[in-house]
Amino acid sequence: MRYVDEFRDPELITRASEEIYRLADPARHYRIMEVCGGHTHAIYRFGLKDVLPSNIELIHGPGCPVCVLPMGRIDDGLAVARNANVIFAAFGDMMRVPGAHGSPLEHKARGTDVRIVYSPADALQIARRNRDRHVMFFAIGFETTAPSTALTLMRAKAEGIANFSVFCNHVTIIPAIRAILDSPDMRLDAFIGPGHVSTVIGCRPYEWIARNEGKPVVTSGFEPLDLLQSIVMLLRQLQAGEARVENQYKRVVPWEGNRAALKAMAEVFQLRPYFEWRGLGFISQSALKIRDEYAEWDAEQRFPIPGTRVTDPKAAQCGEVLKGVLKPAQCKLFGNECTPEHPIGALMVSSEGSCAAYYNYEHRKAVAMVTSISSVA
Amino acid sequence: MAHGAGGKASRRLVEGLFAPLLFENANAPLGDAANVRIDGASVAITTDSFVVNPLKFPGGSIGELAVNGTMNDLAVSGAKGQAMVATFVLEEGLPASVLEGEIRAMAAALHRAGVVMVGGDTKVVERGKADGMYITTTGIGRFMPRVTIDARSVRPGDKVILSGPIGDHGITILLARGELDLEADLSSDTRCVLPLIEAMVDEAAPGIRWMRDPTRGGVATSLNELARDCGLGIVLSEEEIPMRDEVRGACELLGLDPLHSANEGQFLAVVAPEYADAALNALNRTEGGEDAFIIGEVRTEPACGVLVTTRYGGSRIVDMLVGDPLPRIC
Repeated sequence: MRYVDEFRDPELITRASEEIYRLADPARHYRIMEVCGGHTHAIYRFGLKDVLPSNIELIHGPGCPVCVLPMGRIDDGLAVARNANVIFAAFGDMMRVPGAHGSPLEHKARGTDVRIVYSPADALQIARRNRDRHVMFFAIGFETTAPSTALTLMRAKAEGIANFSVFCNHVTIIPAIRAILDSPDMRLDAFIGPGHVSTVIGCRPYEWIARNEGKPVVTSGFEPLDLLQSIVMLLRQLQAGEARVENQYKRVVPWEGNRAALKAMAEVFQLRPYFEWRGLGFISQSALKIRDEYAEWDAEQRFPIPGTRVTDPKAAQCGEVLKGVLKPAQCKLFGNECTPEHPIGALMVSSEGSCAAYYNYEHRKAVAMVTSISSVA
Repeated sequence: MAHGAGGKASRRLVEGLFAPLLFENANAPLGDAANVRIDGASVAITTDSFVVNPLKFPGGSIGELAVNGTMNDLAVSGAKGQAMVATFVLEEGLPASVLEGEIRAMAAALHRAGVVMVGGDTKVVERGKADGMYITTTGIGRFMPRVTIDARSVRPGDKVILSGPIGDHGITILLARGELDLEADLSSDTRCVLPLIEAMVDEAAPGIRWMRDPTRGGVATSLNELARDCGLGIVLSEEEIPMRDEVRGACELLGLDPLHSANEGQFLAVVAPEYADAALNALNRTEGGEDAFIIGEVRTEPACGVLVTTRYGGSRIVDMLVGDPLPRIC
């Protein structure tokens, strides 16, 4: 399969791994954050830790849109669907995320009309086919998915489709990275920059990280070779004492981003003054709101919103894990009270969440190794 | 709904509720068919319900599935199906032509499998109470001599054989629902696997320890069940797992794991190492078994788990499916 097989070629991967071993200074410990949840998933899925030296620590960043969404927003969205007899449409990613009163799938089992869609355009299509019902698309995602929501709203307005609205939870990546860097307990050496987000925003928005914070950034693809090559590029910069933004994912990411997508976003969205991030708290200008010109299609303006605030269970340490201060397995609830079947924190729900990725692909591997070591001893 | 998706929740429902209250021996490993002794003779019996949307899909339909699925459950239990009964739950308003088409599909599948239908029952429910039609089939069969299927007989070093490419059925159904705007030249793999199993039994009967058809929940769920039942680890080598490019592409695109995708015409077999080549050769020589591979082996670690290794030295744990596979978008 083109664009996949060549990036999983064992010989090239072995060579990249050897290059990393050669470049990494054994006397140094490297803390590299992959910002994007897609990267976290890929790192575990391909077992990349097995081909990296132990002094390269990958810290999982905040780039999983499902994981950073506060529980109260899910409850709000589902409350609208229940009270106003609305069709609740969302990506599959959202379906198992628990609100305080259950996940969208659990609400579906209790009779709420919940539909899985693959794009916001599909939700609009449901509205076209069900003129007597209102369809609310529960929008999540970074700049990756925001343009498709924007284009869908533009189409809804152009066609005058009145029985459709968007409950907007779109967030932006840069303020989250800033919040991480501002966190006092955070020591990072470099960033693997987001891949899909960068197809939209390009590489320029990361330049301040290199310039002001002195940390190298390499935007990366999602295949094993992409990630290893990005680590090679970061190590080369670190060895040379440099801090620049580089683009490893040139086959997809244009340096300047996607102007048409950015234009659609600017047409439909404006920045919210502040927005709550699960685990990170309130971050100013970190999320998108639907402009007044599109108020008719904005679920938050159209329906009474309860404004639910849910504090996460005290014992759950999602915030620390999200910021990379704790490893998933260091959380008190990990693997006993909080599992992919019964997630307490959102990091356990999305397969891009670092806890779920760690649980599914790594956790029992670690257990297996411990038992084999102790049985040898 | 997760309780019906074939993964963890399904198993918990059976082990936690059905087995203790309904089964004579609640602790016996859960197989695909039961062994009933009647007047000293062993009879294999199994039952399965078929609920699929859409009723017809590329490569098959619910009627064909209902026959093949139950025959396959018998076959992987080491039994050859002899007779079948079927129950139909029909939704009011189901076009007669659709029903007739499905009955014809069943007749053809019965003929191919060499099994006879000996009875049945029909119920009609109100419109909106069923997805067109549900079919339940129950089959009885005769155990093949020389074959004993038991997860507890599996040993470290045994080889894991897969009969052909995975994921065709699951991905075909996902695409056939038409919600995805994705098209692929793909059809369901539904078929009766008995001829393949008979060929393998002829050559390697004493070495066959365990078999299963990886339907809902896919290869990953079946092998996790085996790992738990035998207390050992299953280590698969990723590049040996046969898969069509269309399945791989769709899974890459949708963020699904093909190891969790359903199959309706494949089976897994664990075979003692000294019989593995004979078993594989027998499959490869039989029509429809050309793409069978040895995909991994049984080891002591990870105990009760499944590990997938890659050619470049990475590895990951593959768990049972939790709920239905949901595509990832963002």
